[in-house]
Amino acid sequence: MAVLEKGSPRRQSRSIIEWLNDERVRSVLYQAIVAIAVIAVARYLFVNTSENLQARGMSSGFDFLSGTAGFSIAWTVLPYEAGDSYFRVYLVGIVNTLIVSLVAIVFATLLGFIMGIMRLSKNWLISKIAAWYVEILRNTPLLLQILFWFLAVFSLLPPPRGSFGLLDMFFLNNRGFYMPAPVPGAGFDYTMIAILLAIAATYAVAVWAKKRQMATGQQFHTFWVGLGILFGLPILVFLATGSPLSFDFAALKGFNFQGGVSVPPAFCALLLALMIYHSAFMAEAVRAGILSVSHGQTEAAYSLGLRPGMTLRLVIIPQAMRAVVPPMISNWMNVVKNSSLAIAIGYPDLVAVYMQTSLNQSGHAIEIVAMVMLFYMSVSLTISMALNYYNKLVQLKER
Amino acid sequence: MSLETLDSGQEHIASAISDEVVIELSKVNKWYGEFHVLKDIDLTVYKGERIVICGPSGSGKSTLIRCINRLEEHQQGDILVNGVTMDTNLKNIDAIRRDVGMVFQSFNLFPHLTVLENCTLAPIWVRNTPKAEADRLAMQLLERVKIPEQAAKYPGQLSGGQQQRVAIARSLAMNPNIMLFDEPTSALDPEMISEVLDVMVGLAESGMTMLVVTHEMGFAKRVADRVIFMDQGEIVEQNTPGEFFNNPKSDRTKLFLSQILAH
Ligand SMILES: Nc1ncnc2c1ncn2[C@@H]1O[C@H](COP(=O)(O)OP(=O)(O)OP(=O)(O)O)[C@@H](O)[C@H]1O
Ligand SMILES: [Mg+2]
Repeated sequence: MAVLEKGSPRRQSRSIIEWLNDERVRSVLYQAIVAIAVIAVARYLFVNTSENLQARGMSSGFDFLSGTAGFSIAWTVLPYEAGDSYFRVYLVGIVNTLIVSLVAIVFATLLGFIMGIMRLSKNWLISKIAAWYVEILRNTPLLLQILFWFLAVFSLLPPPRGSFGLLDMFFLNNRGFYMPAPVPGAGFDYTMIAILLAIAATYAVAVWAKKRQMATGQQFHTFWVGLGILFGLPILVFLATGSPLSFDFAALKGFNFQGGVSVPPAFCALLLALMIYHSAFMAEAVRAGILSVSHGQTEAAYSLGLRPGMTLRLVIIPQAMRAVVPPMISNWMNVVKNSSLAIAIGYPDLVAVYMQTSLNQSGHAIEIVAMVMLFYMSVSLTISMALNYYNKLVQLKER
Repeated sequence: MSLETLDSGQEHIASAISDEVVIELSKVNKWYGEFHVLKDIDLTVYKGERIVICGPSGSGKSTLIRCINRLEEHQQGDILVNGVTMDTNLKNIDAIRRDVGMVFQSFNLFPHLTVLENCTLAPIWVRNTPKAEADRLAMQLLERVKIPEQAAKYPGQLSGGQQQRVAIARSLAMNPNIMLFDEPTSALDPEMISEVLDVMVGLAESGMTMLVVTHEMGFAKRVADRVIFMDQGEIVEQNTPGEFFNNPKSDRTKLFLSQILAH
């Protein structure tokens, strides 16, 4: 350095080259170039689009959100009427998307674990059934599966008068699926409080049991005791307060069912298709995760005297989860994104209600597309932030 | 594979054999499908005895010692460990595994647990040892295998030799009276072999009953009370190391020794 500071011109030009060859300088430089390029492209698109919009006399801005949408939506979870605003439509769409996605995620995950474990079974028939399930479902397009369930199954169901019924509580027909609706009576709050208390108590017992084991070595059947508290306490409180919960049953009145809760055929078809299609991918994630733990781990645990159940809990599952959770979560994101295929069968999800009718009526293409993208991106980013946090938590330390 | 790994000039360490039988195999047979992997194995091991098992690849050495803690199931004959009969009774299998430690060629440490946790897992969950006590015992063992400073690290952060020493400490934490070793140094770089063998010599000196599958003939000469040669699922020859190396009886043994010492 001391030599360079004297600075003849030749030396200086060489020092610039050296500076450019510095790894850190390079990385900053490349990032700067990329950032400038991205901004330039974005600016071009923005200017271009707003000129186009002006040329066609279309307005921009978010004022339209408070305007009346004026159309009806076939099925909503949030209460909605034709006189509500566009913003209300946005929220209704989001909730419709989330409800079908969440239910699909829960069942797909369960099914995925079952199928993934079945495929590892030593029983030839069971593992073959699971293998066929996975291979058929993940190798046919999702859209095809959605249309199959909608057109070939749910649309061909009998009309309400010929419904399939179960225990006179559940009914399935070409109008949808009907279930009893729970109606909490006076004093049901106590049961809700009992549920919260039971969760807290179970947690406390688990902490206490762990502490005691570490101190004295005695083990405790946390699982069974926890299960007892979790169910026992709320049930006791529920019975003691006079069972304050009744059900509103769906019943055939005239040509259709009244009462209860119901979901339309499009919901059923979309739910089943998403659930079954994604469960196949999840099954693969589960299988790969379990296989990623070498048999040597089991042998080492057995040779130390650990029983199979403990080996699974303390050695295999903690390692398998590291491999299972990341692909599992990215599958969850895919369920949310793929639910937008709802548009093909007329299920009123966010894309269907907000990007079709609302967009056509209001003309605010940019704003509407941006809002819809914002929703999907927030969901994805939230999930991947959780995933990164989990990965950091469980990452194996290597040299 | 050399006599030099451990200085062959060193004396054979004093043997500590008692006349109490700890392992007894009689007429043990095992098949993998059609393949007859163990043929009429008879073997009696006395408390404190140190046995080295050698033989060509595929001769059934691993299978033999893995039958002793039921990682493999034998189909015929009787296996008695610490007076407990090896059968399908889970209680018996548990009892045997608690008192028989095993060290594997590929270490098989639990990568999601620290070195210390690797050593305390089984004592805590199998022996119901309080954590503080399990920690203290584990630290003592880590000192014995000369890596107490690694206790808080994860297995992936250690060298092969260090990992194998942790594996030995992990087995010892269950306070076994028999230790099985399946080629404990085969996966190690040459410079790490002696650090593991040193630990095993120390274990031998403490009077542990040991069955060691290894091709480290220097170790065999120094430590073994008996060397067993296996070939094609049979025990072909067994003798004291002196007799075994200098005066092999069977041609198969001679051939094997000439191959292994030629290296
Ligand atoms: N699970 C198994 N299924 C079928 N055959 C097996 C199985 N395990 C081992 N074998 C066969 O049994 C024979 C003995 O195996 P074993 O591992 O006991 O040999 P070894 O003497 O330990 O050999 P090496 O020195 O290579 O470790 C080998 O021929 C092997 O191919
Ligand atoms: Mg072997």
